[in-house]
Amino acid sequence: MGNWKVQKTYEEINARIKSGEAVVVTAEEMVAIVRENGPEEAARKVDVVTTGTFSPMCSSGAFINFGQSNPTIKATKVWLNGIPAYAGLAAVDVYLGAAELPEDDPLNKVFPGEFRYGGGHVLEDLLAGKKILLKATAYGTDCYPNKAIEKEITLEDLPYALLMNPRNCYQNYNCAINLSEKTIYTYMGTLRPNGKNANFCSAGELSPLMNDPLYKTIGLGTRIFLAGGIGYVGWHGTQHNPAALRLENSTPKRPAGTMMVYGDMKHMKARWLKGISMQGYGATVAVGIGVPIPILNEEMAGFTGVSDEELVTQIVDYSYDYSHGVARNYGEVTYAQLKSGSIEVNGNEVPTAPLSSVVRAREIANTLKEWIEKRDFTLVEPVQTLPDK
Amino acid sequence: MYARIYVFRFPKETSDKPIICKLVKEYDVEFNILKATILPQHEGLMVIELMGHKKNVRNALDYLKTFGVIIEPLSTIIRRDEDKCFQCGACTGICPTKALFIDRPSMAVLFDPDKCNGCGLCVTVCPVRAMEVSLLQSVSTLP
Ligand code: SF4
Ligand code: SF4
Repeated sequence: MGNWKVQKTYEEINARIKSGEAVVVTAEEMVAIVRENGPEEAARKVDVVTTGTFSPMCSSGAFINFGQSNPTIKATKVWLNGIPAYAGLAAVDVYLGAAELPEDDPLNKVFPGEFRYGGGHVLEDLLAGKKILLKATAYGTDCYPNKAIEKEITLEDLPYALLMNPRNCYQNYNCAINLSEKTIYTYMGTLRPNGKNANFCSAGELSPLMNDPLYKTIGLGTRIFLAGGIGYVGWHGTQHNPAALRLENSTPKRPAGTMMVYGDMKHMKARWLKGISMQGYGATVAVGIGVPIPILNEEMAGFTGVSDEELVTQIVDYSYDYSHGVARNYGEVTYAQLKSGSIEVNGNEVPTAPLSSVVRAREIANTLKEWIEKRDFTLVEPVQTLPDK
Repeated sequence: MYARIYVFRFPKETSDKPIICKLVKEYDVEFNILKATILPQHEGLMVIELMGHKKNVRNALDYLKTFGVIIEPLSTIIRRDEDKCFQCGACTGICPTKALFIDRPSMAVLFDPDKCNGCGLCVTVCPVRAMEVSLLQSVSTLP
Protein backbone atom coordinates (compact mmCIF):
# COMPACT_ATOMS: atom_id res chain seq x y z
CA MET A 1 0.00 0.00 0.00
CA GLY A 2 1.38 3.36 -1.01
CA ASN A 3 1.52 6.38 1.24
CA TRP A 4 -1.34 8.37 -0.15
CA LYS A 5 -2.43 11.84 0.87
CA VAL A 6 -6.06 10.78 0.50
CA GLN A 7 -6.98 7.44 2.00
CA LYS A 8 -10.48 6.01 2.11
CA THR A 9 -11.63 2.52 2.95
CA TYR A 10 -14.46 0.51 1.44
CA GLU A 11 -16.27 0.80 4.80
CA GLU A 12 -16.03 4.59 4.75
CA ILE A 13 -17.27 4.80 1.18
CA ASN A 14 -20.15 2.41 1.91
CA ALA A 15 -21.08 4.43 5.00
CA ARG A 16 -21.25 7.53 2.80
CA ILE A 17 -23.40 5.64 0.27
CA LYS A 18 -25.78 4.55 3.01
CA SER A 19 -26.09 8.05 4.44
CA GLY A 20 -26.76 9.41 0.95
CA GLU A 21 -23.60 11.55 0.94
CA ALA A 22 -21.46 9.63 -1.51
CA VAL A 23 -20.32 11.50 -4.60
CA VAL A 24 -20.68 9.22 -7.61
CA VAL A 25 -19.66 10.17 -11.15
CA THR A 26 -19.27 8.26 -14.40
CA ALA A 27 -15.85 7.57 -15.91
CA GLU A 28 -16.62 10.13 -18.63
CA GLU A 29 -17.45 12.81 -16.05
CA MET A 30 -14.33 11.95 -14.07
CA VAL A 31 -12.06 12.98 -16.97
CA ALA A 32 -12.95 16.67 -16.58
CA ILE A 33 -12.94 16.50 -12.77
CA VAL A 34 -9.38 15.19 -12.67
CA ARG A 35 -8.25 17.63 -15.36
CA GLU A 36 -9.61 20.58 -13.41
CA ASN A 37 -8.71 19.58 -9.88
CA GLY A 38 -5.80 17.18 -10.20
CA PRO A 39 -5.97 13.61 -8.86
CA GLU A 40 -5.55 14.49 -5.19
CA GLU A 41 -8.37 17.02 -5.03
CA ALA A 42 -10.52 14.76 -7.24
CA ALA A 43 -9.95 11.89 -4.78
CA ARG A 44 -11.21 14.09 -1.95
CA LYS A 45 -14.32 15.04 -3.90
CA VAL A 46 -15.34 11.77 -5.54
CA ASP A 47 -16.10 8.47 -3.81
CA VAL A 48 -17.07 6.18 -6.67
CA VAL A 49 -16.54 6.21 -10.44
CA THR A 50 -18.92 4.07 -12.48
CA THR A 51 -17.87 2.42 -15.74
CA GLY A 52 -19.74 0.54 -18.46
CA THR A 53 -19.39 -1.53 -21.59
CA PHE A 54 -21.88 -3.19 -23.92
CA SER A 55 -20.37 -5.25 -26.68
CA PRO A 56 -20.07 -8.71 -28.17
CA MET A 57 -18.49 -10.91 -25.51
CA CYS A 58 -17.53 -14.39 -26.56
CA SER A 59 -16.97 -16.92 -23.81
CA SER A 60 -20.34 -16.43 -22.18
CA GLY A 61 -23.09 -18.85 -21.22
CA ALA A 62 -25.34 -20.08 -18.45
CA PHE A 63 -25.63 -22.92 -15.98
CA ILE A 64 -29.23 -24.06 -16.00
CA ASN A 65 -31.04 -26.59 -13.85
CA PHE A 66 -34.28 -27.45 -15.61
CA GLY A 67 -35.97 -29.45 -12.84
CA GLN A 68 -36.85 -33.14 -12.70
CA SER A 69 -39.57 -34.92 -14.65
CA ASN A 70 -41.76 -37.81 -13.62
CA PRO A 71 -40.42 -40.44 -14.22
CA THR A 72 -37.00 -38.96 -13.56
CA ILE A 73 -34.28 -38.50 -16.17
CA LYS A 74 -30.50 -38.27 -16.19
CA ALA A 75 -30.16 -36.31 -19.39
CA THR A 76 -27.16 -37.05 -21.59
CA LYS A 77 -28.11 -34.83 -24.50
CA VAL A 78 -30.08 -31.61 -24.14
CA TRP A 79 -31.28 -29.03 -26.65
CA LEU A 80 -32.87 -25.65 -25.94
CA ASN A 81 -34.77 -24.38 -29.00
CA GLY A 82 -32.59 -26.76 -31.00
CA ILE A 83 -29.32 -25.44 -29.58
CA PRO A 84 -27.29 -28.20 -27.88
CA ALA A 85 -26.37 -27.59 -24.24
CA TYR A 86 -23.58 -29.47 -22.46
CA ALA A 87 -25.21 -32.08 -20.24
CA GLY A 88 -22.22 -33.94 -18.82
CA LEU A 89 -22.70 -32.42 -15.38
CA ALA A 90 -25.51 -34.18 -13.51
CA ALA A 91 -29.10 -35.33 -14.07
CA VAL A 92 -30.76 -32.05 -15.08
CA ASP A 93 -27.92 -29.51 -15.02
CA VAL A 94 -26.62 -28.11 -18.29
CA TYR A 95 -24.29 -25.39 -19.51
CA LEU A 96 -25.50 -23.49 -22.53
CA GLY A 97 -22.72 -21.70 -24.41
CA ALA A 98 -23.46 -18.43 -26.23
CA ALA A 99 -21.58 -19.50 -29.37
CA GLU A 100 -23.35 -22.87 -29.73
CA LEU A 101 -25.26 -23.41 -32.98
CA PRO A 102 -28.05 -25.78 -34.05
CA GLU A 103 -26.77 -29.14 -35.32
CA ASP A 104 -28.44 -28.53 -38.68
CA ASP A 105 -27.20 -24.94 -39.08
CA PRO A 106 -25.92 -24.37 -42.63
CA LEU A 107 -22.84 -22.74 -41.02
CA ASN A 108 -20.55 -21.32 -43.70
CA LYS A 109 -21.67 -23.73 -46.45
CA VAL A 110 -23.16 -20.79 -48.32
CA PHE A 111 -20.49 -18.25 -47.53
CA PRO A 112 -20.77 -15.98 -45.61
CA GLY A 113 -23.15 -17.81 -43.27
CA GLU A 114 -25.83 -15.90 -41.39
CA PHE A 115 -25.83 -17.70 -38.01
CA ARG A 116 -29.28 -16.42 -37.21
CA TYR A 117 -29.87 -18.27 -33.97
CA GLY A 118 -27.44 -19.61 -31.40
CA GLY A 119 -26.94 -20.05 -27.66
CA GLY A 120 -26.81 -16.29 -27.09
CA HIS A 121 -30.25 -15.91 -28.68
CA VAL A 122 -31.67 -18.56 -26.32
CA LEU A 123 -30.28 -16.59 -23.35
CA GLU A 124 -31.88 -13.40 -24.68
CA ASP A 125 -35.21 -15.20 -25.27
CA LEU A 126 -35.14 -16.55 -21.71
CA LEU A 127 -34.63 -13.04 -20.34
CA ALA A 128 -37.42 -11.76 -22.58
CA GLY A 129 -39.77 -14.25 -20.86
CA LYS A 130 -40.28 -16.34 -24.01
CA LYS A 131 -41.08 -20.04 -23.92
CA ILE A 132 -38.14 -22.25 -24.84
CA LEU A 133 -38.57 -25.82 -26.09
CA LEU A 134 -36.36 -28.19 -24.12
CA LYS A 135 -35.60 -31.68 -25.41
CA ALA A 136 -33.49 -34.21 -23.57
CA THR A 137 -32.49 -37.81 -24.20
CA ALA A 138 -30.97 -40.34 -21.83
CA TYR A 139 -29.95 -44.01 -21.64
CA GLY A 140 -32.06 -44.76 -18.54
CA THR A 141 -30.95 -46.03 -15.14
CA ASP A 142 -32.75 -47.62 -12.19
CA CYS A 143 -32.96 -44.28 -10.43
CA TYR A 144 -33.54 -42.25 -13.61
CA PRO A 145 -35.58 -44.47 -15.95
CA ASN A 146 -36.85 -41.83 -18.39
CA LYS A 147 -35.16 -41.90 -21.79
CA ALA A 148 -36.59 -38.81 -23.42
CA ILE A 149 -38.48 -35.69 -22.43
CA GLU A 150 -39.77 -32.65 -24.23
CA LYS A 151 -41.19 -29.63 -22.43
CA GLU A 152 -41.57 -25.89 -22.63
CA ILE A 153 -39.65 -23.87 -20.10
CA THR A 154 -39.50 -20.22 -19.18
CA LEU A 155 -36.97 -18.41 -17.03
CA GLU A 156 -39.60 -18.04 -14.35
CA ASP A 157 -40.17 -21.80 -13.98
CA LEU A 158 -36.51 -22.74 -14.05
CA PRO A 159 -35.28 -23.74 -10.60
CA TYR A 160 -31.89 -22.18 -11.34
CA ALA A 161 -30.29 -20.10 -14.11
CA LEU A 162 -26.91 -18.55 -13.55
CA LEU A 163 -25.18 -16.50 -16.23
CA MET A 164 -21.54 -17.53 -15.94
CA ASN A 165 -19.16 -16.00 -18.43
CA PRO A 166 -15.62 -17.35 -18.35
CA ARG A 167 -14.16 -14.37 -20.22
CA ASN A 168 -15.76 -10.93 -20.50
CA CYS A 169 -14.74 -7.31 -20.43
CA TYR A 170 -11.48 -7.49 -22.34
CA GLN A 171 -9.18 -4.75 -21.18
CA ASN A 172 -8.50 -3.19 -24.58
CA TYR A 173 -8.82 -4.88 -27.95
CA ASN A 174 -7.25 -4.76 -31.42
CA CYS A 175 -8.40 -2.42 -34.14
CA ALA A 176 -9.01 -4.74 -37.11
CA ILE A 177 -8.26 -4.11 -40.78
CA ASN A 178 -8.09 -6.35 -43.85
CA LEU A 179 -5.09 -5.92 -46.13
CA SER A 180 -6.05 -8.72 -48.52
CA GLU A 181 -7.84 -8.25 -51.81
CA LYS A 182 -11.18 -9.74 -50.83
CA THR A 183 -13.80 -8.89 -48.20
CA ILE A 184 -13.40 -10.94 -45.02
CA TYR A 185 -16.01 -11.79 -42.39
CA THR A 186 -14.62 -11.95 -38.87
CA TYR A 187 -15.66 -11.72 -35.25
CA MET A 188 -14.51 -8.12 -35.65
CA GLY A 189 -17.20 -7.61 -38.27
CA THR A 190 -17.08 -7.32 -42.04
CA LEU A 191 -13.79 -5.91 -43.28
CA ARG A 192 -13.53 -4.59 -46.80
CA PRO A 193 -10.44 -5.33 -48.93
CA ASN A 194 -7.24 -3.29 -49.14
CA GLY A 195 -7.70 -1.74 -45.72
CA LYS A 196 -10.82 0.21 -46.73
CA ASN A 197 -12.34 0.19 -43.24
CA ALA A 198 -11.27 -0.47 -39.66
CA ASN A 199 -13.37 -1.85 -36.80
CA PHE A 200 -12.64 -1.49 -33.11
CA CYS A 201 -14.31 -2.86 -30.02
CA SER A 202 -13.88 -1.07 -26.70
CA ALA A 203 -15.80 1.56 -24.80
CA GLY A 204 -12.45 3.35 -24.29
CA GLU A 205 -12.55 5.74 -21.34
CA LEU A 206 -15.82 4.15 -20.10
CA SER A 207 -14.48 0.60 -20.20
CA PRO A 208 -14.22 -1.03 -16.73
CA LEU A 209 -10.69 -2.41 -16.80
CA MET A 210 -9.30 0.70 -18.51
CA ASN A 211 -10.24 2.61 -15.33
CA ASP A 212 -8.50 0.20 -12.99
CA PRO A 213 -5.61 -0.80 -15.22
CA LEU A 214 -3.58 -2.60 -12.53
CA TYR A 215 -6.57 -4.37 -10.91
CA LYS A 216 -6.20 -2.59 -7.56
CA THR A 217 -9.92 -2.72 -6.74
CA ILE A 218 -11.43 -5.42 -8.99
CA GLY A 219 -11.31 -9.08 -8.03
CA LEU A 220 -13.09 -12.03 -6.51
CA GLY A 221 -16.39 -10.78 -5.13
CA THR A 222 -16.58 -7.34 -6.75
CA ARG A 223 -20.28 -6.54 -7.15
CA ILE A 224 -21.18 -5.32 -10.64
CA PHE A 225 -23.99 -4.43 -13.05
CA LEU A 226 -24.42 -7.55 -15.16
CA ALA A 227 -26.96 -7.59 -17.98
CA GLY A 228 -29.32 -5.30 -16.10
CA GLY A 229 -29.10 -7.22 -12.82
CA ILE A 230 -26.56 -7.70 -10.09
CA GLY A 231 -23.54 -9.85 -10.77
CA TYR A 232 -20.15 -10.55 -9.31
CA VAL A 233 -16.63 -10.91 -10.56
CA GLY A 234 -15.61 -14.53 -10.05
CA TRP A 235 -11.97 -14.45 -10.91
CA HIS A 236 -9.82 -13.39 -13.79
CA GLY A 237 -11.15 -14.64 -17.10
CA THR A 238 -9.51 -16.98 -19.58
CA GLN A 239 -6.63 -15.41 -21.55
CA HIS A 240 -6.09 -12.81 -18.77
CA ASN A 241 -2.71 -11.30 -19.64
CA PRO A 242 -1.52 -8.67 -17.20
CA ALA A 243 1.94 -8.70 -18.83
CA ALA A 244 0.70 -6.95 -21.99
CA LEU A 245 2.64 -3.87 -23.13
CA ARG A 246 1.57 -0.78 -21.22
CA LEU A 247 1.74 3.00 -21.45
CA GLU A 248 3.19 5.18 -18.72
CA ASN A 249 -0.35 5.71 -17.37
CA SER A 250 -0.43 1.90 -16.75
CA THR A 251 -3.16 1.18 -19.30
CA PRO A 252 -2.38 -1.66 -21.73
CA LYS A 253 -1.75 -0.99 -25.43
CA ARG A 254 -2.81 -4.54 -26.32
CA PRO A 255 -5.57 -6.94 -25.25
CA ALA A 256 -4.70 -7.58 -21.58
CA GLY A 257 -6.83 -8.37 -18.53
CA THR A 258 -10.18 -10.17 -18.59
CA MET A 259 -12.86 -10.99 -16.00
CA MET A 260 -14.95 -14.05 -15.28
CA VAL A 261 -18.39 -12.83 -14.18
CA TYR A 262 -21.61 -14.44 -13.00
CA GLY A 263 -25.04 -13.49 -11.78
CA ASP A 264 -28.60 -14.73 -11.30
CA MET A 265 -30.41 -14.51 -14.64
CA LYS A 266 -33.75 -14.03 -12.93
CA HIS A 267 -32.88 -10.39 -12.21
CA MET A 268 -31.44 -9.63 -15.65
CA LYS A 269 -33.09 -7.93 -18.60
CA ALA A 270 -33.15 -8.77 -22.30
CA ARG A 271 -32.27 -5.15 -23.10
CA TRP A 272 -28.82 -5.78 -21.64
CA LEU A 273 -28.08 -9.18 -23.13
CA LYS A 274 -28.47 -9.65 -26.87
CA GLY A 275 -27.95 -12.73 -28.96
CA ILE A 276 -25.89 -11.65 -31.95
CA SER A 277 -25.02 -13.04 -35.37
CA MET A 278 -21.68 -12.16 -36.88
CA GLN A 279 -21.96 -12.79 -40.60
CA GLY A 280 -19.52 -15.47 -41.75
CA TYR A 281 -18.26 -16.03 -38.21
CA GLY A 282 -20.97 -17.34 -35.90
CA ALA A 283 -23.36 -16.52 -33.12
CA THR A 284 -22.48 -15.06 -29.75
CA VAL A 285 -23.86 -12.60 -27.26
CA ALA A 286 -23.48 -8.92 -26.40
CA VAL A 287 -23.40 -8.33 -22.65
CA GLY A 288 -23.78 -5.11 -20.70
CA ILE A 289 -21.40 -4.82 -17.75
CA GLY A 290 -20.71 -1.96 -15.36
CA VAL A 291 -18.13 -1.96 -12.60
CA PRO A 292 -18.03 0.61 -9.79
CA ILE A 293 -14.55 1.78 -8.90
CA PRO A 294 -13.96 3.06 -5.37
CA ILE A 295 -11.74 6.14 -5.26
CA LEU A 296 -9.61 4.93 -2.37
CA ASN A 297 -6.81 7.41 -3.01
CA GLU A 298 -5.33 9.81 -5.56
CA GLU A 299 -3.89 6.94 -7.56
CA MET A 300 -7.40 5.58 -8.28
CA ALA A 301 -8.58 9.11 -9.10
CA GLY A 302 -5.74 9.41 -11.60
CA PHE A 303 -6.56 6.01 -13.14
CA THR A 304 -10.27 6.76 -13.52
CA GLY A 305 -9.52 10.20 -14.96
CA VAL A 306 -7.98 8.64 -18.06
CA SER A 307 -9.46 9.88 -21.35
CA ASP A 308 -9.78 8.49 -24.87
CA GLU A 309 -6.77 10.60 -25.94
CA GLU A 310 -4.63 8.67 -23.46
CA LEU A 311 -5.79 5.17 -24.38
CA VAL A 312 -4.05 3.36 -27.21
CA THR A 313 -4.49 0.18 -29.21
CA GLN A 314 -2.76 -1.48 -32.14
CA ILE A 315 -3.99 -1.92 -35.71
CA VAL A 316 -3.94 -5.59 -36.72
CA ASP A 317 -4.45 -7.22 -40.12
CA TYR A 318 -7.14 -9.92 -39.84
CA SER A 319 -6.71 -11.34 -43.36
CA TYR A 320 -3.38 -13.02 -42.62
CA ASP A 321 -1.51 -11.80 -39.53
CA TYR A 322 -4.20 -12.54 -36.95
CA SER A 323 -5.12 -15.93 -38.38
CA HIS A 324 -1.48 -17.02 -38.68
CA GLY A 325 -0.20 -15.75 -35.34
CA VAL A 326 2.03 -13.09 -36.89
CA ALA A 327 2.90 -10.58 -34.16
CA ARG A 328 2.88 -7.48 -36.30
CA ASN A 329 0.86 -4.30 -36.25
CA TYR A 330 0.24 -1.39 -38.57
CA GLY A 331 0.70 1.29 -36.02
CA GLU A 332 -0.99 2.43 -32.83
CA VAL A 333 -3.96 4.75 -32.49
CA THR A 334 -5.77 6.40 -29.60
CA TYR A 335 -9.43 5.83 -28.82
CA ALA A 336 -10.02 9.52 -29.50
CA GLN A 337 -8.81 8.92 -33.07
CA LEU A 338 -10.86 5.73 -33.42
CA LYS A 339 -14.01 7.43 -32.16
CA SER A 340 -13.42 10.43 -34.46
CA GLY A 341 -14.43 8.25 -37.43
CA SER A 342 -11.15 7.95 -39.29
CA ILE A 343 -7.56 6.93 -38.69
CA GLU A 344 -4.44 6.83 -40.80
CA VAL A 345 -3.04 3.46 -41.84
CA ASN A 346 0.05 3.29 -44.08
CA GLY A 347 -0.50 6.92 -45.02
CA ASN A 348 -4.14 6.38 -46.11
CA GLU A 349 -7.21 7.70 -44.38
CA VAL A 350 -9.38 4.80 -43.25
CA PRO A 351 -12.94 5.14 -41.86
CA THR A 352 -13.51 3.46 -38.50
CA ALA A 353 -16.60 1.82 -37.02
CA PRO A 354 -17.17 0.61 -33.47
CA LEU A 355 -18.64 -2.78 -32.52
CA SER A 356 -19.03 -1.76 -28.89
CA SER A 357 -21.93 0.53 -28.04
CA VAL A 358 -20.72 3.75 -26.44
CA VAL A 359 -24.30 4.99 -26.00
CA ARG A 360 -25.26 1.89 -24.03
CA ALA A 361 -21.95 1.86 -22.10
CA ARG A 362 -22.77 5.39 -20.95
CA GLU A 363 -26.30 4.33 -20.01
CA ILE A 364 -24.89 1.50 -17.89
CA ALA A 365 -22.46 3.83 -16.09
CA ASN A 366 -25.37 6.21 -15.42
CA THR A 367 -27.65 3.40 -14.22
CA LEU A 368 -25.04 2.12 -11.82
CA LYS A 369 -24.53 5.68 -10.59
CA GLU A 370 -28.26 5.95 -9.94
CA TRP A 371 -28.36 2.63 -8.09
CA ILE A 372 -25.58 3.80 -5.79
CA GLU A 373 -27.12 7.22 -5.27
CA LYS A 374 -30.42 5.57 -4.37
CA ARG A 375 -28.46 3.43 -1.86
CA ASP A 376 -29.58 0.24 -3.60
CA PHE A 377 -26.04 -0.80 -4.37
CA THR A 378 -22.97 -0.83 -2.14
CA LEU A 379 -19.40 -1.77 -2.94
CA VAL A 380 -17.77 -5.07 -2.06
CA GLU A 381 -14.09 -5.26 -1.21
CA PRO A 382 -12.69 -8.18 -3.22
CA VAL A 383 -11.40 -11.19 -1.31
CA GLN A 384 -8.49 -11.19 -3.74
CA THR A 385 -7.81 -8.71 -6.55
CA LEU A 386 -7.19 -10.00 -10.08
CA PRO A 387 -3.63 -11.21 -10.69
CA ASP A 388 -1.38 -8.37 -11.85
CA LYS A 389 1.52 -10.56 -12.95
CA MET B 1 -30.84 16.98 -58.62
CA TYR B 2 -33.61 15.07 -56.92
CA ALA B 3 -33.08 11.33 -56.44
CA ARG B 4 -35.38 8.94 -54.64
CA ILE B 5 -35.97 5.24 -54.49
CA TYR B 6 -39.46 3.89 -55.01
CA VAL B 7 -41.19 0.57 -54.97
CA PHE B 8 -43.58 0.06 -57.88
CA ARG B 9 -46.24 -2.61 -57.89
CA PHE B 10 -47.58 -3.26 -61.35
CA PRO B 11 -51.02 -4.74 -61.87
CA LYS B 12 -51.21 -7.87 -64.07
CA GLU B 13 -52.48 -6.02 -67.14
CA THR B 14 -49.59 -3.58 -67.35
CA SER B 15 -46.68 -5.77 -66.46
CA ASP B 16 -45.80 -6.42 -70.11
CA LYS B 17 -46.23 -2.87 -71.36
CA PRO B 18 -43.06 -0.82 -71.90
CA ILE B 19 -44.02 2.12 -69.73
CA ILE B 20 -40.78 2.60 -67.81
CA CYS B 21 -38.75 3.70 -70.84
CA LYS B 22 -41.20 6.57 -71.37
CA LEU B 23 -39.86 8.11 -68.18
CA VAL B 24 -36.64 9.10 -69.93
CA LYS B 25 -38.14 10.14 -73.25
CA GLU B 26 -41.18 12.05 -72.11
CA TYR B 27 -40.39 13.16 -68.59
CA ASP B 28 -36.61 13.59 -68.64
CA VAL B 29 -36.26 11.37 -65.61
CA GLU B 30 -33.37 8.94 -65.38
CA PHE B 31 -33.79 5.64 -63.65
CA ASN B 32 -31.78 2.85 -62.17
CA ILE B 33 -33.57 -0.45 -61.55
CA LEU B 34 -32.28 -1.97 -58.32
CA LYS B 35 -34.47 -5.01 -58.29
CA ALA B 36 -37.34 -6.27 -60.41
CA THR B 37 -39.64 -9.26 -60.57
CA ILE B 38 -41.94 -8.85 -63.51
CA LEU B 39 -43.38 -11.85 -65.28
CA PRO B 40 -45.89 -11.58 -68.13
CA GLN B 41 -49.46 -11.87 -66.82
CA HIS B 42 -48.39 -11.58 -63.18
CA GLU B 43 -48.27 -8.76 -60.74
CA GLY B 44 -44.82 -7.21 -60.88
CA LEU B 45 -42.59 -5.53 -58.32
CA MET B 46 -39.76 -3.14 -59.00
CA VAL B 47 -37.36 -1.24 -56.78
CA ILE B 48 -36.21 1.73 -58.78
CA GLU B 49 -34.25 4.91 -58.26
CA LEU B 50 -35.55 7.98 -60.10
CA MET B 51 -33.34 11.01 -60.75
CA GLY B 52 -34.25 14.34 -62.25
CA HIS B 53 -36.03 17.58 -61.44
CA LYS B 54 -38.41 17.14 -58.56
CA LYS B 55 -41.27 18.36 -60.75
CA ASN B 56 -40.42 15.91 -63.54
CA VAL B 57 -40.22 13.03 -61.10
CA ARG B 58 -43.62 13.96 -59.73
CA ASN B 59 -45.13 14.11 -63.23
CA ALA B 60 -43.59 10.78 -64.11
CA LEU B 61 -45.12 9.22 -61.00
CA ASP B 62 -48.53 10.66 -61.89
CA TYR B 63 -48.19 9.17 -65.36
CA LEU B 64 -47.44 5.74 -63.89
CA LYS B 65 -50.39 5.96 -61.54
CA THR B 66 -52.71 6.24 -64.54
CA PHE B 67 -51.73 2.64 -65.34
CA GLY B 68 -52.70 1.51 -61.85
CA VAL B 69 -49.10 1.26 -60.61
CA ILE B 70 -48.96 1.41 -56.82
CA ILE B 71 -46.05 3.56 -55.68
CA GLU B 72 -44.37 3.70 -52.29
CA PRO B 73 -41.20 5.55 -51.42
CA LEU B 74 -38.60 3.05 -50.23
CA SER B 75 -37.98 4.80 -46.93
CA THR B 76 -41.21 3.35 -45.60
CA ILE B 77 -39.90 -0.11 -46.26
CA ILE B 78 -36.32 0.00 -45.04
CA ARG B 79 -36.55 0.63 -41.38
CA ARG B 80 -34.58 0.18 -38.23
CA ASP B 81 -36.15 -1.66 -35.34
CA GLU B 82 -35.27 0.76 -32.58
CA ASP B 83 -35.91 -1.83 -29.86
CA LYS B 84 -33.45 -4.25 -31.39
CA CYS B 85 -30.75 -1.73 -32.33
CA PHE B 86 -28.25 -1.40 -29.51
CA GLN B 87 -26.35 1.47 -31.07
CA CYS B 88 -23.14 -0.45 -31.67
CA GLY B 89 -22.13 1.20 -34.92
CA ALA B 90 -21.06 -1.91 -36.87
CA CYS B 91 -23.34 -0.92 -39.77
CA THR B 92 -21.70 2.49 -40.22
CA GLY B 93 -18.54 0.92 -41.58
CA ILE B 94 -20.38 -0.76 -44.43
CA CYS B 95 -23.22 1.63 -45.38
CA PRO B 96 -22.17 3.15 -48.73
CA THR B 97 -24.37 6.25 -48.54
CA LYS B 98 -23.84 7.23 -44.89
CA ALA B 99 -27.55 6.74 -44.26
CA LEU B 100 -26.33 5.00 -41.12
CA PHE B 101 -23.90 7.31 -39.40
CA ILE B 102 -22.47 8.26 -36.03
CA ASP B 103 -23.24 11.53 -34.31
CA ARG B 104 -20.22 12.92 -32.48
CA PRO B 105 -19.36 13.32 -29.69
CA SER B 106 -22.45 11.43 -28.41
CA MET B 107 -21.51 8.37 -30.54
CA ALA B 108 -25.23 7.75 -31.15
CA VAL B 109 -25.85 5.72 -34.32
CA LEU B 110 -28.45 7.49 -36.45
CA PHE B 111 -30.40 6.35 -39.52
CA ASP B 112 -31.47 8.79 -42.22
CA PRO B 113 -33.91 6.92 -44.50
CA ASP B 114 -33.70 9.67 -47.13
CA LYS B 115 -30.06 8.81 -47.81
CA CYS B 116 -30.63 5.05 -47.98
CA ASN B 117 -30.31 3.50 -51.45
CA GLY B 118 -31.77 0.16 -50.45
CA CYS B 119 -28.59 -1.85 -51.07
CA GLY B 120 -29.37 -4.08 -48.10
CA LEU B 121 -25.75 -4.46 -46.95
CA CYS B 122 -26.61 -3.44 -43.41
CA VAL B 123 -29.19 -6.21 -43.03
CA THR B 124 -26.68 -9.01 -42.61
CA VAL B 125 -23.91 -6.88 -41.12
CA CYS B 126 -26.09 -5.78 -38.20
CA PRO B 127 -25.38 -8.31 -35.44
CA VAL B 128 -28.91 -8.10 -34.02
CA ARG B 129 -30.72 -7.88 -37.39
CA ALA B 130 -32.22 -4.52 -36.52
CA MET B 131 -32.34 -3.36 -40.15
CA GLU B 132 -35.40 -4.59 -41.98
CA VAL B 133 -35.65 -4.44 -45.74
CA SER B 134 -38.95 -6.20 -45.84
CA LEU B 135 -39.88 -5.58 -49.43
CA LEU B 136 -36.53 -6.55 -50.96
CA GLN B 137 -36.88 -9.85 -49.21
CA SER B 138 -40.39 -10.40 -50.47
CA VAL B 139 -39.21 -9.52 -53.99
CA SER B 140 -36.60 -12.25 -53.89
CA THR B 141 -39.13 -14.85 -52.78
CA LEU B 142 -41.68 -14.05 -55.48
CA PRO B 143 -42.08 -16.60 -58.31
S1 SF4 C 1 -29.72 -0.46 -47.18
FE1 SF4 C 1 -27.65 0.19 -47.83
S2 SF4 C 1 -27.77 2.42 -47.98
FE2 SF4 C 1 -29.59 1.76 -46.81
S3 SF4 C 1 -28.93 1.94 -44.69
FE3 SF4 C 1 -28.52 -0.16 -45.32
S4 SF4 C 1 -26.37 -0.14 -46.00
FE4 SF4 C 1 -27.04 2.00 -45.92
S1 SF4 D 1 -25.30 -2.55 -36.60
FE1 SF4 D 1 -27.46 -2.87 -36.04
S2 SF4 D 1 -27.47 -2.69 -33.81
FE2 SF4 D 1 -25.56 -1.83 -34.49
S3 SF4 D 1 -26.00 0.37 -34.72
FE3 SF4 D 1 -26.32 -0.56 -36.73
S4 SF4 D 1 -28.50 -1.04 -36.79
FE4 SF4 D 1 -28.00 -0.67 -34.64
